[in-house]
Amino acid sequence: MADRPGISLSLRVLTKRYGRQTVVDAVELDVAAGEFLTLLGPSGSGKSSILMMVAGFTPPSSGDVVLGGRSVASLAPEKRNIGVVFQNYALFPHMTVAENVGFPLKMRRLPRAERDARVTETLARVGLAGFDGRLPAQLSGGQQQRVALARALVFAPGLLLMDEPLGALDRNLRERMKHEIRRIHAEFGVTVVYVTHDQEEALTMSDRIALLDRGRIAQLGTAREIYERPKTRFVAEFVGESSLIPGTLVEDGGRWWLDGSAGRLPVPREAAAFAGRSALLMLRPEKLRLVAAESRSGVPGTVIEAVFVGEALRTVVRIEGAAIVVKTATRAGEFRPIVGAPVRVDWDPADLAVLPGEERATADLA
Amino acid sequence: MDAAPDLNSGGTGGGGGSAPAASPWRPRPDWLVAFALVFFAVVYAYPLVRLVAWSFWAPGFTFRNFAQIVAEPAYLQAFYNTVEIAGIATAVCLALGYPLAYLMATTDPRPRMILGALILIPFWTSVLVRTLAWVVLLGRNGIINQALLAWGLVERPIPLVFNNIGVQIGMVHVLLPFMVLPLYAVMARIDPSLVTAARSLGASPARAFLAVFAPLSLPGVVAGASLVFLMALGFYVTPALLGGPNEITVATLIEIMVRDLLDWGSGAALGLLLLAGVASVFAAGAVYAGAGRLVGAERA
Repeated sequence: MADRPGISLSLRVLTKRYGRQTVVDAVELDVAAGEFLTLLGPSGSGKSSILMMVAGFTPPSSGDVVLGGRSVASLAPEKRNIGVVFQNYALFPHMTVAENVGFPLKMRRLPRAERDARVTETLARVGLAGFDGRLPAQLSGGQQQRVALARALVFAPGLLLMDEPLGALDRNLRERMKHEIRRIHAEFGVTVVYVTHDQEEALTMSDRIALLDRGRIAQLGTAREIYERPKTRFVAEFVGESSLIPGTLVEDGGRWWLDGSAGRLPVPREAAAFAGRSALLMLRPEKLRLVAAESRSGVPGTVIEAVFVGEALRTVVRIEGAAIVVKTATRAGEFRPIVGAPVRVDWDPADLAVLPGEERATADLA
Repeated sequence: MDAAPDLNSGGTGGGGGSAPAASPWRPRPDWLVAFALVFFAVVYAYPLVRLVAWSFWAPGFTFRNFAQIVAEPAYLQAFYNTVEIAGIATAVCLALGYPLAYLMATTDPRPRMILGALILIPFWTSVLVRTLAWVVLLGRNGIINQALLAWGLVERPIPLVFNNIGVQIGMVHVLLPFMVLPLYAVMARIDPSLVTAARSLGASPARAFLAVFAPLSLPGVVAGASLVFLMALGFYVTPALLGGPNEITVATLIEIMVRDLLDWGSGAALGLLLLAGVASVFAAGAVYAGAGRLVGAERA
């Protein structure tokens, strides 16, 4: 098995139409060899369609899929040498674990002895040594997931596609499998394209995230870029919790401000790009502070809700014209909001992002 | 897009206990079963006991009726004919029914509905009417022969009825739904992503079918084939109407025994032997597929 089998993947104006409906709209995407890229998006955003086109199960309406520099758009799925892990694992119920994992090698007519050796080795690498003779129905969800991974990796594909592979698992197991998949990705060195609608999975697992909205890439970037510097309202609202305050950007006294219903709010320097135009100020709950009403800094408001959520205290503060969600640590000595009482919300302008304001998104309606 | 696992296949009958809790009177379940049991005892169990009694009585307890059957080549020939006709009908039904069921299980909902309707519609017509219709179609002056003559494909009418061909056509027509429905029931539950997965793992469409779909559909083949074979063994109307003098089956033989020769003892013995054959085929099928599968119940 090659040490670093990962190969690059490029999508070239990849488009999928069903009748008059465009499901994937001229998507351009380059995935580097060995990268872990997540296609994140709500259902119907086209992420699964992209995966199906890369795997070869559905033909693109137009555009190309380039694997390791070679177009594969005209190749049948069985000729593409891509590992696929399905949502429900799609393990063959009538075959043992060893037969399942050996299946791709059998299709490639590997001699029996070599086949058995590779199956044993791969099962050990995914942590399932000794499970050879079991049937899929005799395995737990997490074990089935590992078998599916082993089966998709045993023939050393350059690219591994995963379609919502953790959807069927309970929360704790999902948490463990996230790290297990990361570990396997690093160990096998394979390029991974991972499809999910779960932003938490996307943020913790990916090198980069392509966030999809109605068949287009709304934003492509690292987890941190997507989370902290969303480019559109859709991105800001889909990933993480945020409060958005509309207004107009103005300069005053060498600093930038957002003039809106909430009064004049300080914003970061980069917001200069939106000078004079309508914009949205995005506030992430954990980047905000609550300070006493008598304080000089921040924006005045009233606490309308304060809920203990475990790792933080989630407070909703009504300020003039908007409601802001604030998450604060529950350490001793931290400011304790009281529902109904006045409070001030403060932040460091560098922690905020400014998005373009309400554009009438007619061009987006395909 | 994001194919959800089939959550509807099980437990749709969850709201079964629909009788309101406050209803003043509800029959106890064992009473309901009692009616069915009485009905079965009268119209099924009693005749069966009489059949057994007749077959061993001539008068006085005897094996003579069975000895006669074994000793008479014409009777054995009838058994052989019956098994042969049923076997061929089963094979033809499987050959026609498997692709049909496959198409139904893998196509879109709309064509599936149309196919399902086409398969079920014949159920609403009596076997007798359908069989007589074949006499009209297949006869010397029937539509098929006339068409063949008109197109110059044959020079004189070919014998399509009152022989083995007629019997097979009629039986396959009647029995095909009994092959398709169990096959479809099993195929519809095969997760299509299994075949997709096989393709992604390097299997050509044909190999994916042979390695994954075909073995998973085998319980349906066993269920459908046993059902059709069993029904074909006892078929009376179709061989009687469409068959010729050389295609005497056990069922027609029993009819001759009872109606023409008034030999009720031999008729009963023949019937009992046929029943024993049916029961053993059913048992074999049940051992393989699970009795529930054979009668269409879901396996737990």
